Amino acid sequence: MSGITIPQPTRPWQRKRADTVRSAVSAGLVGVISIVIVLFTGFAGVDGWAVTVLLVSVLLIFIRGRKLSTKERGNAKIQLVITAAALLAFAPWISIFGSVLVKGIVGLKLNFVTSDMRTTVPDDELNMGGALHAMLGSMLMVMMATAITLPLGILSGVYLTEIKGRFTFLVRFVIQSMSGVPSIVAGLFVFTTYVSATHGPTAFGGSLALGILMLPTVARTSEEVLKLVPDDLRSASLALGARQWRTTLMVVLPTVRSGLITAAILGVARVIGETAPLLLTAGSSTAFWFNPVKGPIASLPIYVFGMLQIGTEYAVNRAWSGALVLMLAVFALFFTARKLGGKDKR
Amino acid sequence: MNTVAPIKREMHVVHSRGDKVFRGIVTAGALTSLVILGLIGSFLFARGAQVFSQYGLKFITGTNWSSSMEEGIPSEFGMGPMLVGTIIVSAIALLFAVPMSIAGALYIEFYATGRLRRILSGLLDLAAAIPSLIFGLWGIQVFTNFGQNWAEFLANRLGWFPLFNTISDNYGRSPFVAGCVLASMVVPITTSVAREVYSRTPRELIDTCYALGGSKWGAIKTVVLPFGKSGVVGGAMLGLGRALGETVAVYLVLNLNFRYTFRILESEGGNVASLIATRFGESSSEELTALVAAGFVLFLLTLSVNMVASAIVARTTRS
Repeated sequence: MSGITIPQPTRPWQRKRADTVRSAVSAGLVGVISIVIVLFTGFAGVDGWAVTVLLVSVLLIFIRGRKLSTKERGNAKIQLVITAAALLAFAPWISIFGSVLVKGIVGLKLNFVTSDMRTTVPDDELNMGGALHAMLGSMLMVMMATAITLPLGILSGVYLTEIKGRFTFLVRFVIQSMSGVPSIVAGLFVFTTYVSATHGPTAFGGSLALGILMLPTVARTSEEVLKLVPDDLRSASLALGARQWRTTLMVVLPTVRSGLITAAILGVARVIGETAPLLLTAGSSTAFWFNPVKGPIASLPIYVFGMLQIGTEYAVNRAWSGALVLMLAVFALFFTARKLGGKDKR
Repeated sequence: MNTVAPIKREMHVVHSRGDKVFRGIVTAGALTSLVILGLIGSFLFARGAQVFSQYGLKFITGTNWSSSMEEGIPSEFGMGPMLVGTIIVSAIALLFAVPMSIAGALYIEFYATGRLRRILSGLLDLAAAIPSLIFGLWGIQVFTNFGQNWAEFLANRLGWFPLFNTISDNYGRSPFVAGCVLASMVVPITTSVAREVYSRTPRELIDTCYALGGSKWGAIKTVVLPFGKSGVVGGAMLGLGRALGETVAVYLVLNLNFRYTFRILESEGGNVASLIATRFGESSSEELTALVAAGFVLFLLTLSVNMVASAIVARTTRS
C-alpha cells in the first residue's frame, strides 16, 4: 500500500457542528441575559422584550466579533440591523392577522352569518343579531361595481395591447394616476354628482364609487395578462384571414380568460374593504332589501366602522368579527386570483 | 452573388369597416378613465368654486373652521391646520416606513432563503391586500397601547425638543401613533416596489463584487443600493400618496382637533380626509361646499404626488 491519501473535499461553506452549538449557546445566553434585564429593570411588555433582546444580541455580536476580521464583523452587525428592521416591518402584519383572528372568533357564531340587526341592538348578547345584511349589501355593491368596471377595464387593456393607438401613453398614464385617487375623494365625487342629485345614499351610488376605485386595478391587470398572449397566435389568426376584431374576440381574449377573471377578482379584493366612499354614498341600514336605487344599504366595512364607533364591549366584539369575515373574504379572493393567475402562464 | 439579409417587413393593415367600429368602441372604452378623472376634477372644482372665490388663498392658510347654523353669524372655513396635520402624519409614516421597507426588501431578496423567503413574500402580498379599515381597527384597539408607551417614553426623555414637547400627559390618539399605524400600512407598498427594483440588479455585478472579495454587505452597499435608489424613491412617493389620502385608518386613530399643532406626541392632530368624513354627516349645505373644496385640494395634492411617483417607478422598472 502506498502512502497516498485521497484528499477529502472540504466544504468551508457548510455549517459545522461547532457552529450550530455556538449559535445555540449564544441564543441561550441572549435569552438568559434578557430575562435578567427584564426582571430587574422597568422594561416590560412585548416591545420591552424586543428591545432588550436586540440590545443583548448587539452586545454579544460585538464581543464575539473580536475574533473575526473587520470585514466579517461589519457584515455580522449589518445583518443583525437588517434582520431587526425587517422583523419590525413584518411584526405589525403578524400582529394584525393574529388579533383579528383571536378577537374576531369570539363573536363569530352561527347567527353572525345568518341574521341581521333588525331586532337587535349592538349591545345585545353576541348570540343575537349578525351581519348577514352587511355581507349581502357588500356583495350586491361589489357585483354591480364589477359589472360596470370589468368591461371598461378589459377595453382599456385591449386598447393598450391590441390597438396601440395614439392615446396609448395617455391612457396608461391616466390609469396609473387614477389608482392614486383617495377613496374619500371618489366618494365625494359620486356624492356631488349622483347621490345629492337623487334620493340620497343608495347601493347604486356605492357601487359607482367602488367602480372608480376598482377600474385602475382591473385595467392594469388586464393589460398585464393580455401582454402574455404570444404574437404568433395573433399572426396566425390574421393569416387565416380573420379581421382584427375577430382575432381579438375569438383568439386573444379566450386565451387569457382565467387571467381576465383574475383581474376582476383582484379588483374586487381591492375595493371590498373600502369604507370612506361608502360612508358618503351608501349609508347604512339594519336589514337588507334588494333595491339598488332606493334607500341606504349596509355593507361589511360600514358595519365594522359603525360598531367601532359605538364602542361598547359587545359592539367592539361585533366589529372584530366583521373584520375577520372581511379579511377571510380578501384572502379567499387573493388565493383564487393566484391559483387562476398561475394557470395562464403554463 | 451577394446575399442580403431579409429585412422585417412593415405590416400594412387596411382596416375593414368592422375593424373600424371595433377600434372605435375599444378606444372609447379606454378613454372613459380619462373622462372619469377629468369629471372628478372638474365637478369637485365646480362645486367648491364658490368657496375658492369667497376665501381665496385664505381657504388654504386659514386656521378656523366653523359652520354657523344661525343667521347673522358668518361661517368661516380655512383648512390650514388640517393640511399641515396631514403632512405631519404622512411625514412620520414615511420616516418609519422607508428604512423598514428597504430593510425588509433587502432581507427578503438577499438574506432569507428557501421556505422562509417564500413565506415572507407571501406575507408581503397578503399585507398589501389588507383593507385600511382593518389597519385602523388594529391601530386603535391594539397598537395604541404600545404606541402611547413609546410616545410617553419619548416625551419624558426628549421633551426639551420642541417636536416632542407635550402639555398634557395624554399620548394615545396622537399624530405619532397615527403615523406609526400609517407606516405599517405603507410598508407593504414601498417594500414591494423596493423588492421589485432590487431584484432587477444585474446578477453579474453582484457576483463581480463577491469575486473581488467583497462581503454581502459590501455588495449591497456598492451595487444594490445605488442601483435601486430612484426606484425606492418612487416607491416611497407611492406610499406617500396613499398616506396623504388615507381616511378611515387615520380617522379611527387620530383625535381630530382644529388648531395648528406641531407637538406630535400630544393627543390631537389634523387630517383633511378625516375632516371630510367627520363633518360630512352633520354639515349644512354651505359647509358641504367647503368640504368638497377641501376634497379638491386633497385630490390635487395626491394626484401630483402620485404622478411624479409613477413616472419615477415607470422609468426605473422599464426593462
